[in-house]
Amino acid sequence: MTLIQRAALTAIATTTLAVKAGEVEVLHWWTSGGEAKAAAALKATLQAKGHTWKDFAVAGGGGDNAMTVLKSRVVSGNAPAAAQIKGPSLQEWAAEGVLANIDDVAKAEKWDSLLPPAVANVMKYKGNYIAAPVNVHRVNWLWVSNDAFKKAGAKVPTNWDEFFVAAEALKKAGIIPVAHGGQNWQDFTVFESVALGVGGADFYKKALVQLDPATLNGATMTKVLDTFKKVKTYTDKNAPGRDWNLATAMVIKGEAGMQMMGDWAKGEFVAAGKTPGKDFSCVAAPGTAKAFTFNVDSFAMFRLKNEANINAQKDLAAAIMSTDFQEVFNLNKGSIPVRLNMNLAKFDDCAKLSSKDFVETAKSGSLVPSIAHQMAVPSATTGAIQDAVSQFWNDDKMSTKDAQAKIAAAARTK
Amino acid sequence: MPSSPRSPVNWLPRLVVAPSFIVSLLFIYGLMAWNGYLSLSASRILPNYEFIGLQQYLTLLESDRFRVAMTNMGIFGVLFVGGAMAIGILLAILLDQKVRGEGVLRTIYLYPMAVSMIVTGTAWKWILNPGLGLEHLMHQWGFERFQFDWLIQQDMAIYCVVIAGVWQSAGFVMALFLAGLRGIDDSIIKAAQVDGAGLPRIYWRIILPSLRPVFFSTLMVVAHLAIKSFDLVMALTAGGPGYATDLPATFMYATAFTRGQIGLGAASATVMLATVAAIVVPYLYSELRSKR
Repeated sequence: MTLIQRAALTAIATTTLAVKAGEVEVLHWWTSGGEAKAAAALKATLQAKGHTWKDFAVAGGGGDNAMTVLKSRVVSGNAPAAAQIKGPSLQEWAAEGVLANIDDVAKAEKWDSLLPPAVANVMKYKGNYIAAPVNVHRVNWLWVSNDAFKKAGAKVPTNWDEFFVAAEALKKAGIIPVAHGGQNWQDFTVFESVALGVGGADFYKKALVQLDPATLNGATMTKVLDTFKKVKTYTDKNAPGRDWNLATAMVIKGEAGMQMMGDWAKGEFVAAGKTPGKDFSCVAAPGTAKAFTFNVDSFAMFRLKNEANINAQKDLAAAIMSTDFQEVFNLNKGSIPVRLNMNLAKFDDCAKLSSKDFVETAKSGSLVPSIAHQMAVPSATTGAIQDAVSQFWNDDKMSTKDAQAKIAAAARTK
Repeated sequence: MPSSPRSPVNWLPRLVVAPSFIVSLLFIYGLMAWNGYLSLSASRILPNYEFIGLQQYLTLLESDRFRVAMTNMGIFGVLFVGGAMAIGILLAILLDQKVRGEGVLRTIYLYPMAVSMIVTGTAWKWILNPGLGLEHLMHQWGFERFQFDWLIQQDMAIYCVVIAGVWQSAGFVMALFLAGLRGIDDSIIKAAQVDGAGLPRIYWRIILPSLRPVFFSTLMVVAHLAIKSFDLVMALTAGGPGYATDLPATFMYATAFTRGQIGLGAASATVMLATVAAIVVPYLYSELRSKR
């Protein structure tokens, strides 16, 4: 065999190998404790299939930094295989023509039957899957300090009237009724729970997902805003600028009675050695027991050129939706699997309740996307409405009528 | 011997300056022009080149938040530059009185400059927080009626940014002026004293006017600190409460990088550039012309 022949053979051998095993580069910002463990689980799954995992973690800014890096990579024609993008932003990216169609994976793995339609729709652009969902966070939670409630002799509220009765009792007992962090996204998180609780799921969908002007200017919205502003009177005056986990810490220590925050708050309780049911309670935000605001993290799949890498990307998509990964990841992250009908034996009571409600609301149609967490409307509109809501929360001179007009105007932002 | 056009003396300086000239042309003015073009485009999360005229500027004009940001820029710019200069000059003059331990005092006043705006912002966030900092301390000392909660009030929060900014930069202004003051010939002061002028009068009429070049360069440095203030606001208030302490720079960041409105962000950046140019260009022009 001549040298040239041998070289040619080697070359063929390498290319055939490369067709099977590719490289996946994954952009994410899971760098903190539990999340990093979850990312490592995904890496191990793919390495078991012979692919190379190229970590592309950009920490900080709740993903803002990562997005900036991602944009420059995509503009220069060098997109990673997958990136952590969620909600209507997926559609925005798809509209730029840079995302890949992963329908064949979805069909092979039967995603349509494993995901509630409300969630599946977010993962699709013009009917084709472009992203793989990772987890579900429930946003409409109320975190309750059992000690504080016992001390004040208050009852855990199930609707807004009871909420204010409980808040009044807590106040009398010298406890801060509502722990709140005055950052605009937290103001907005409270707002969406109030909107869902006061107006119900249909109102929520009309007002905050379809942005129907008549509903936004209607009487229910006025009531929502009045209730929202009333909640503020039960927060302490040092709230502005406080981080959410510090507000959670107030509930953990029993300095404050309750907090409205998504289920990532549970991680703080658990890390502080508290047990759900005993030290704290997780209940649906007042009036929202029959509804569910979801915040689903997902990986958008980018259009790639190299055949081997495309194969690796498809394996990645399949691995994300696999039962193994869904379990490991969500146990570490504090969320629940997005995949329906999974065995939840290892999950805690809050997660089990969340999962039960997830399935039930998916059937009854009251599973709604969270607007405060960029699941409902495009980021520009979300931002504008958030500005208006937060302005109303902070400005004690603004009337409900002005606020309502401002929010309706903000909803027209494109 | 007169140098011929071919001699290295003639072309060498140009050659040496050329790379940095080309780099700044491309990466400063070239990108400015690109940004200008983007502000006329329909760019969303990625830049695109669909021309839509002045639409983004109209959106910007209608935006409440941008109006707040521009007003804040005015308040912050004037008070920050004015405050830093006034306090800096005063400190420089006081230190110039040949006080004992000047070296130590000078270092103390200059030190805030050594920490980054992020540290300044975070420290003042704690100091000004009513439940944690100054107000809390005063209450513990028994002054129950003491109230200082500007940080959490919508219409006062921007003044907290001014306080933190002035604290950081006054020492720097002081250092520059102190250097200037040291450069003034003692005999001028002595001559004025012989003529019977008091100390305030000497400073006001003789010394400060002769520090005009120092004044000019300090103003340039402090003014550009004011305009590019971004980290200070981010650390101190993150633009809050609501968006009460937004500055054009934070507005630009939010729209261009987090809300997928690159076109609108570019438009706000262009407005910022125009505002700065409107102030700086006439000033530069008058300063440079009078030197001739």
